[in-house]
Amino acid sequence: MRRTAVLSRAKDINRVYWLILLPALLMLVVLYFVPLGNVLMTSVTDPKPGLGNYGLLFTSAAVQKTLITTVRIAAITTAFALLLGYAVAYAMRAATSQRQRVMLFCVLLPFWISVLVRSFAWLTILGPQGPLNAALMGLGLTDEPLALSRNETGVLIAMVHVMLPYAILTLYANMRGIDAGLVSAARSLGASRFQAFRMVFLPATRPGLIGAGSLVFILSLGFYVTPAILGGGRVLMVAQYTALQINETMRWGLGTMLAATLMIAVLGTLWALSRVIDVKRLFGT
Amino acid sequence: MKTLHPSGIVIALAWLVLSFLALPAFAVIPVSFTDTRYLALPEEHWSLQHWRAFLSNQDWIDSIGQSLWIAVVSTVLSVVAGTLCAIGCWRLSSRLSEKVRTLMVLPMAVPTIVYALGIYRLYVELDLVGTALGVILAHAVTGLPFVVLTVSASLSNLDPRLEQAARGLGASVRQTLRYVIVPNILPGVLSGAIFAFIHSWDELIVVLFIGGRALFTLPRRMWDGINDNLDPVIAVVATAMILFTLLVLTAELSLRAKRAP
Repeated sequence: MRRTAVLSRAKDINRVYWLILLPALLMLVVLYFVPLGNVLMTSVTDPKPGLGNYGLLFTSAAVQKTLITTVRIAAITTAFALLLGYAVAYAMRAATSQRQRVMLFCVLLPFWISVLVRSFAWLTILGPQGPLNAALMGLGLTDEPLALSRNETGVLIAMVHVMLPYAILTLYANMRGIDAGLVSAARSLGASRFQAFRMVFLPATRPGLIGAGSLVFILSLGFYVTPAILGGGRVLMVAQYTALQINETMRWGLGTMLAATLMIAVLGTLWALSRVIDVKRLFGT
Repeated sequence: MKTLHPSGIVIALAWLVLSFLALPAFAVIPVSFTDTRYLALPEEHWSLQHWRAFLSNQDWIDSIGQSLWIAVVSTVLSVVAGTLCAIGCWRLSSRLSEKVRTLMVLPMAVPTIVYALGIYRLYVELDLVGTALGVILAHAVTGLPFVVLTVSASLSNLDPRLEQAARGLGASVRQTLRYVIVPNILPGVLSGAIFAFIHSWDELIVVLFIGGRALFTLPRRMWDGINDNLDPVIAVVATAMILFTLLVLTAELSLRAKRAP
C-alpha cells in the first residue's frame, strides 16, 4: 500500500518536472523547428513540387562556384585555425597558471566581441589607409598600400581570427585532460623532446584535433557577415548567396534549397562526428 | 610540476597568435579618435569630433535604446524558460529528457541564415515582420542554448540528494526550486543571462530579415553604415561596443571564478 503511494507520488513529481520543462520545449518547437521545417518544405515545393531546386546543385555554374568558394574558404580557415590554435593551446597547457590566465583572457576577449564589430575592425585595419598599411609603408616595406581587404585574403584573415578561439578552447580542453606524466615517462625512457611530443602527446590530442577541426569547419560553412564585409562583394559564400536570392531576386526555391543544403551538411557532419567523439563535450564547458 | 616543454619557437608563435587575437579590439580605439574624415589613425592630433557626431545623432541613440530593451526582454524569457528546462532535465535525467537537452543546444549548430529564412516566412504569415515582439521571440529562442548549457553545468555540480532531502522534509516542488535549487545554481543562471543578453545585443542576421522598416537595432544600423558610407563614426560605435563587451566579460569572469572555486 505505502509503496504504491510513494511511487504514485514520485510519478506526480516527475510530471511536475516535465511541466517546467515544457515552456522552453514549446518555444523551441513552434519558433525554431517549425521555421526550419518550413525552409525544408519550401525547398521542395517552390516554384513547383519536386527536387528541381536540388538539381541546380549539379547544373548551375553559379551555384557550384559558390559552393566551391565556400568549401575552399572553410577548409583554409580550418587549416590555419588548427595549426595556429594548436601552438597556442599547447603553450597554454605548458604555462604557469598565472600566465595561463593572461593567455585565456587574450583568447576570450575577441571571442566576446561581436563578429560584426570584429569584421569592421579588420576592414579598418586592412584598408588602404588603415594602420597596417600605414605601418608597412612607414617601415618602407612597400611603396603603395597592399590590397588586403575586399578580397579573399581579407575574408580569410578575419575568419581565422573569428575561428581561432573555438579551435584553441576545444584543443585546450582536450590537452588539459592529458597526463603530462606520460611525456616525462617517455623522456626518461630516452625519447628526445620532439619524439616525446610526436609519439606521445600528439596522438593523445587526436580527439581534440578532430573535434576542433570539425567545429571550425562547420561553423565556417555558414559564415555570412565576415565575407560580406571583407569580401567587398567579390567573395560570395553560400550564406550571402542565399540572402541575395531572397533579397534581390526573390527566388525562394533556390534560397531555401541552399539553406537546406547548408543545414544538412552541418548537421550531417555533427552526426558523423558524434559517432567518433563525445560532441556534447565540444559545446559544453 | 612542469613536464611539458614546448620549444621557444612554439611559445613565440603562440604569443604572436595571441597578439593577433587581441589586435582588432585595440586597433579600432585610436581610429575612433581620428582627425581625418576616413578610417585611419589620427594624423595630426586626436579628435573627439566623431564621438560628438555619434552622440548628437538621434538615430544611433534610438538604436541603442531599441537594442537594449529587446535584449533585456528576450534575456528574461530565455533565462526563465531555459533555467526551468535545465532543472527539469537534470531532475528527470531519463533518456527522453537527455534528448530534450540535446535539442535545446541545436540552435547553436544550425547556421543562422537557415533560421533567418524560416522565421521570416513564419512571421510573414503571423504578421510579425518589423515588430519588436517578433525580434524578442526569435532572440529568446536562439538564446535558450546558452542558458541551458550554463545552468546544466552548474547543476552537474549539485548533489541530486539535496533535492530529495528537501522533498523528504516536506517542501513542495515550488519551495524546492525557490529555496534549494535556484540559490545553488545562481552563478550559472547569471552567466547564462549574460550570454543570452550578449547574443541578442549582437544579433544581426535574423534582424536583417525580420526587422522590416521599423526596427533598426544597433548591429543593423552599423551594418547599414558599413555598407552605405563607411565613416569614422562607425569606429566610435565599434569602440563603444568593445568597451561595453569588456565590462560584461569582466563580470562573467568573476562569476566563473565563483562558480568553480
